[in-house]
Amino acid sequence: MKWLSLFFILWALPAFAVQPNEVLSDPKLEERARDLSQGLRCLVCRNENIDDSNAELARDLRLLVRERLVEGDTDEEVLDFVVSRYGEYVLLNPTKGGSNVILYYAGPGMLLLALLIGGLYLRTRARATPEGSNSLSDDETKRLKQIMGE
Amino acid sequence: MVAELGHFALILGFVVAILVTIVPLVGAYMRWPGWMRFSETGSNALFLLTVTSFGALTYAFVVSDFSVKLVWMNSHTAKPMLYKITGVWGNHEGSMLLWVLILTLFGAMASWFGNGLPPTLKARILAVQASITTAFMAFVLFTSNPFLRLDPAPLNGKDLNPLLQDPGLAFHPPFLYLGYVGLSMAFSFAVAALIEGRVDAAWGRWVRPWTLAAWIFLTIGIGLGSWWAYYELGWGGFWFWDPVENASFMPWLLAVALLHSAIVVEKRESLKSWTILLAIIAFSFSLLGAFITRSGIITSVHAFATDPERGVFLLLIMGVFTGGALVLYAARASVMEAKGVFGMVSRESALVVNNILLAVSAFIVFIGTMWPLFSEMFFDRKLSVGEPWFNAAFTPIMVLLGLVLPLGAMLPWKRGKLGRVALKLRVGFVFAVAIGALFWAVQTGRSSLGPVGLFLGAWLIAGSATDILSRGRKGEVLNRLRNLPRADWGKAVAHAGLGVTMAGIAGLIAWEQEDIRVLKNGEQFDIAGYTIVLNGVEEVQGPNYLSTMGDVTLLNGTREIATLNPEKRVYPVAGMPTTEAAIDIGFFRDVYVVVGDAQVGGGWAFRTYYKPLANWIWGGAILMAIGGALSLSDRRYRVAAGARRTPSTTVGVAAE
Repeated sequence: MKWLSLFFILWALPAFAVQPNEVLSDPKLEERARDLSQGLRCLVCRNENIDDSNAELARDLRLLVRERLVEGDTDEEVLDFVVSRYGEYVLLNPTKGGSNVILYYAGPGMLLLALLIGGLYLRTRARATPEGSNSLSDDETKRLKQIMGE
Repeated sequence: MVAELGHFALILGFVVAILVTIVPLVGAYMRWPGWMRFSETGSNALFLLTVTSFGALTYAFVVSDFSVKLVWMNSHTAKPMLYKITGVWGNHEGSMLLWVLILTLFGAMASWFGNGLPPTLKARILAVQASITTAFMAFVLFTSNPFLRLDPAPLNGKDLNPLLQDPGLAFHPPFLYLGYVGLSMAFSFAVAALIEGRVDAAWGRWVRPWTLAAWIFLTIGIGLGSWWAYYELGWGGFWFWDPVENASFMPWLLAVALLHSAIVVEKRESLKSWTILLAIIAFSFSLLGAFITRSGIITSVHAFATDPERGVFLLLIMGVFTGGALVLYAARASVMEAKGVFGMVSRESALVVNNILLAVSAFIVFIGTMWPLFSEMFFDRKLSVGEPWFNAAFTPIMVLLGLVLPLGAMLPWKRGKLGRVALKLRVGFVFAVAIGALFWAVQTGRSSLGPVGLFLGAWLIAGSATDILSRGRKGEVLNRLRNLPRADWGKAVAHAGLGVTMAGIAGLIAWEQEDIRVLKNGEQFDIAGYTIVLNGVEEVQGPNYLSTMGDVTLLNGTREIATLNPEKRVYPVAGMPTTEAAIDIGFFRDVYVVVGDAQVGGGWAFRTYYKPLANWIWGGAILMAIGGALSLSDRRYRVAAGARRTPSTTVGVAAE
């Protein structure tokens, strides 16, 4: 068993993200810290937030966020600080400024456009006159009803 | 030798695929029956050749032939047999071969079951399918050959990524590909109909089962992937809005839209043009998914063989097929005039709303996924779009969809009265509001997400029940229900499944509880009314891994419910750790325990979650798949497949 335990020491990689010793004693602050970490990207991982990541750098960033919170920063101040250090790439929820306007308004804009087109289409269908052998005239309908014995 | 056989079969398949693309198209144009019939023999031959090729690769994995480079890179003699086999598609090259296999399988199936199709249409469908096969066979042969050899052969392999050595993920890719690639069938139907110059009700009926089948597989595939992420990644997340996940979710959303719009084509001969466009776009998004996953152009959690050269090839395939189909569409859009006339309030209108909401939601996922790329290309801003953005942008559309669904599902065709439908649904609505209000009252000071989600879930389930109960005309309820067509059951079950999933997601996100702490042997703590006791942690050796295993007792009050064994594994050959969470699964909640590192002062780090309604998320997905399967087994499709419903199309009437 000796080699086995040696193996485990060598392979002592962190198994999960937030470690017990990182947790702040004030539950309110801790909750804010968790919320903030979920919106921050782990820079060395591929598309993971720092709250879920077990990378060393994510841990540093988590501790940084908590440090700022303990010193009394507001959520915005913490985010601004992190962005000033690492750039806006770190934000999982991008800012609304500049070209990101497109990102934020593309969805609602497309919904309005689609509703408009859909509405116009429905109106043309509602106003169109039935054509071809598919539909029956009023007389034919009446006769059909007679035949069906209704 | 066997590997060479597989390689040879693939090359032969490539040649046959080119022939099956060209010959039937010429035959259909010239009305030469022999040339048209070649599409059937050709599609079968193509399938057999691909099976041979895939079989050869599987054989190499099973016998651990490490002279094949791919086997060496992704397998190991100590690996359990199941994962040797699933290792075939646990890598880029093998998974592309699986993709080709499924392409040819669908082609062959269309030739087996497509007896009711007009010969020209059938020949064209198989030819278009073969053209897609040609492109992907070329991709495999020229950029991702799985049969490359190594000389000298290594003694043992590098092992499959341990995260993939799991039953949930082992079967995730085949289902996903059956879905992705199944949409190629809808694409082939659309393009063939455009070449034919004819889209009618029969076309709508023919294309629906294929779309439905693809959608069922896609649902199962996505569900498996999400379930796997939940129990394997160690913190119980089930959806991350990662580019690769989005790549599978966009085709899913569009397939749902396509399923519904094809109903309008079938029943009312309207929305034809849109349905054709949707069929083209849905498959294009499958191709986009392949491109996103394999080009590495967008960073994703799922590190999966990224190579720019392959990316360019896939982009080319996507460009040629999407672009070609859209040009054809533009040229032929005029032949698809709508016939049906219907009022503003009708089933048709409701399905239009369904399509608007689903297409817009797919667009939102698309823009969010691609924005980091666009932003860097056009505005030189390197940024991320992650979970918070997607949740905020996507959720409102789904809430809208959930709100209108029960009403729309019960509206009559042609012309309806909203008031009358609302009257039928009033009991269900009151029930749903009561559920929402109850949970609103019970929870204290949290977001409205939970109650709203449960309201929507209850509303959808009650709406489906109302729909079923109001169907049929006379007679006793039980008798009536027994005689309902399976498609009606399928619709109700699938819609209720959506409700279950919505309730699950909302419940889990709103009321989850988490606990992180250091536990020493014999210590205990409480979470959400449960008590957790750590009995000990020991080291265990598995077949190809080493494990640190915790022994935890879960108590409800003083009653022992379960013994949980969370593990932390290390796979020495692949050099990777994995976490194996221990989950006590329940109908209303999961208790989820993860073991972490040994702590300096003694004890182990533990992370414990109380996850309410977690299983409803996948339960709902299973219900949706069952609903789809019920619809698929409906008699009408079998009738449609057996009998020729439009005799006039058997003679040359195409608008050439």
